[in-house]
Amino acid sequence: MAEPRIIVVGAGPAGTRAAEAVVKAGIRPIVIDEGRRDGGQIYRRQPDNFSRPYEKLYGTEASRAKALHDSFDALKGQIDYRPETLVWNIAGGQVWTANGHVQETLTYDALILCTGATDRLMPVKGWNLAGTYSLGGSQVALKSQAVSIGHEVVFMGSGPLLYLVASQYAEAGAKVVAVLDTSPAGARIKALPDLMALPSVLWNGIKLTRALKKAGVPVHHQITPVEIIGDAGSGVKGVRFRKASGAERTIGCDAVAVGYHLRPETQLADLARCEFAFDPGTHQWLPRRDADGRATTQGVYLAGDGAKILGARSAEASGKLAALAALCDLGLPVDGGEMTALRRDVATYAKFARGLAKAFPWPAQQAAALPDEAIVCRCETVSAGNLRAVMRETGAIEANRAKAFSRVGMGRCQGRYCGLAAAEIIAAEAKIPVEQVGRLRGQAPVKPLPIAIGEEG
Amino acid sequence: MSTASDVIIVGGGLMGSSAALFLRGHGMSVTLLETDLIGRQASGTNFGNVRRQGRALHQLPLANRAIAIWRKSRELLGADVEYLQSGHIRVCYRERPELVGAMEDYADKARLEGLDLELLTGNALRAKFPFFGADVLAGSYSAMDGHANPRLAAPAFARAAQRMGATIHENTKIVDAQKVGEDFLVTAQDGRTFRAPILLITAGAWGNALSSQFGEPVPIVPRGPNMSVTEPVPYAIHPAVGVMTPIEEETVYFRQVARGNIVLGGSTRGPSYPDEYRSYVLPQNTMSQLKQIRRLAPALSKLNIIRVWSGIEGYMPDSQPVMGPSATTSGLYYAFGFSGAGFQIGPGVGETMAEIIAKGGTDIPMEPYRIGRFAE
Repeated sequence: MAEPRIIVVGAGPAGTRAAEAVVKAGIRPIVIDEGRRDGGQIYRRQPDNFSRPYEKLYGTEASRAKALHDSFDALKGQIDYRPETLVWNIAGGQVWTANGHVQETLTYDALILCTGATDRLMPVKGWNLAGTYSLGGSQVALKSQAVSIGHEVVFMGSGPLLYLVASQYAEAGAKVVAVLDTSPAGARIKALPDLMALPSVLWNGIKLTRALKKAGVPVHHQITPVEIIGDAGSGVKGVRFRKASGAERTIGCDAVAVGYHLRPETQLADLARCEFAFDPGTHQWLPRRDADGRATTQGVYLAGDGAKILGARSAEASGKLAALAALCDLGLPVDGGEMTALRRDVATYAKFARGLAKAFPWPAQQAAALPDEAIVCRCETVSAGNLRAVMRETGAIEANRAKAFSRVGMGRCQGRYCGLAAAEIIAAEAKIPVEQVGRLRGQAPVKPLPIAIGEEG
Repeated sequence: MSTASDVIIVGGGLMGSSAALFLRGHGMSVTLLETDLIGRQASGTNFGNVRRQGRALHQLPLANRAIAIWRKSRELLGADVEYLQSGHIRVCYRERPELVGAMEDYADKARLEGLDLELLTGNALRAKFPFFGADVLAGSYSAMDGHANPRLAAPAFARAAQRMGATIHENTKIVDAQKVGEDFLVTAQDGRTFRAPILLITAGAWGNALSSQFGEPVPIVPRGPNMSVTEPVPYAIHPAVGVMTPIEEETVYFRQVARGNIVLGGSTRGPSYPDEYRSYVLPQNTMSQLKQIRRLAPALSKLNIIRVWSGIEGYMPDSQPVMGPSATTSGLYYAFGFSGAGFQIGPGVGETMAEIIAKGGTDIPMEPYRIGRFAE
């Protein structure tokens, strides 16, 4: 029998552990990754000629980062590694890749999608001004290039990344003007029983908030963002927000990092024609999968944050588990006990993730309250008012229909950054539950594809 | 009890929606039934060419009628469907010099039908439109053609029809249509029934399922257009551009919308599945399209495409639609199977079908579209 063709997409924690399990079974997988180096987003490796130590780059996660990188380095001779390569489409049991202008078509028996996550964003008036970054983007600037997004930075939003990035900036010597958290402090107390599923991670989070306090960074809870102020010429000049007391306040700054936890990158699962289901806990549409990561499309497996936001530790477990499931389905021997243990681990991480979702809730109500002049879709410059006017004129209340008529989510990012918020705006305007709005269908190419692709010479 | 009206239209694409609007203009009551949402398949996913040149000469009277409606679309519809009368260029390549003669011949005959075309050499074209590649030998320029936004057009016609008093039911899948006495009785999947003495089938790729119920099956084949769009760049390319060639793979076209994106189409068509309401762009078709676009307009090679899409179109073996009265059943009319070329003539089709239904005839030549031609 020919060796099964296994393709792993992504070289972060899930992809690395998936590839490792495949190699251990004696099979040489293809590992395709958009990044220049392995590690994914959370364990992003710095450029070759940079020499910051692990402790500086990854803090409490330094040993995990190092272990993952070492594992990947050890795999290099045993995998067909394709960095800086985009999977731009999936059809008929093949993935279509682009590396610069070079196109390749690769056939798989098993496809393990470890596509990771991006920031979940909620629009605020003025977020289209230069100097506004996502939390993840601001972290990439620091982690990869050792630069800050501005001289005086405000961190606004919610979720663990809010505190992590703010403290990383403070520790790196950047001026963190304030941390503005939309979640109420009380939500964290309610989430404690779930968060206790991982006491050490919880403790790391508490340490972050203490470090910020020690560094003299003001932290405001239960705020409502009002506006990022500034002008088109000079960009961000400040942030206006409403405190829990109702009083409005403006803080001067020249850069803002915003984000509300994460959302999975599910476009490849969509192109592979996997079924999706609405997850009420996170208000997100997720590809359906079984406990081991099998998607509804045969031969497709989902792991890590690309399937559901359960964090990096869970990604390592679910990546390995999905690979074992794939090997098992291909008729290869796998250790059933190991799979059981991994499932148990993932369940623990899932409990913790439920706690995080409760502690840092997605502020859906902000979408409903967004002023008409605020831009929702930055790619296509569609404001909340544009979207609402189109709904009133055409009666469109389904996500793809609203997109067709208003252009919301129709640009370069294909709604990956505005789609969730746009759905909340539609739901609020139509007075229907957000799941009835549906989800934007993914369309190839997953990211912009050069017209010069496949050009000879 | 069933809902009654003068006319039932089955199929809420551009043909059905515009027919509903014009039938209201004749004072007839109309019920439009759409299986999904208005204009979501062929009418909403096509390239958006408002192009007369290149059509079969017998289609030009219909195309001229349509262009008059496109020109007044903003007033007629109370909505902007992004119609631009910005010209259309059809070019041929060096390796097919014989096509220059065919272009000249077409231009001579089209002029008699009121369509003025200007023939230009490759160099003259490149002087005026520097994006053309070296392979372009000659071109035919139609100043009065242009393009519009397919996503907006059919829904705008439907909303205008509704404002004029037409009744529209979306998400209404028709499972049965038959003539009972003087009336047609049309039944939806959920059991609702609709009754009218006149029935117009404008159901695109699904048309055959209904015409077969009246003993008139047609050899329609569902296919999907192969579409892409680039990121927005400064608005510089005004005319829509297409290639004249006997080779399907070479048949590509593009247009730039006023906000800057360039829409690419053609090369090959993809599979579509009317029963599932889905169609797919095959990656290999995207690749062949991009290759052909690079040949036609090398300057576009520097751009990226950000999205591809398709829809469900109904193709007839002779590329001509089924249009006009039924050959078996009085009061039954058809307008479907526009074979990937219905967008421009759509409003003209609606106006003509309304005229035939309300007045009993039209000056527009209808002979080439008879449903009976497949039975002969």
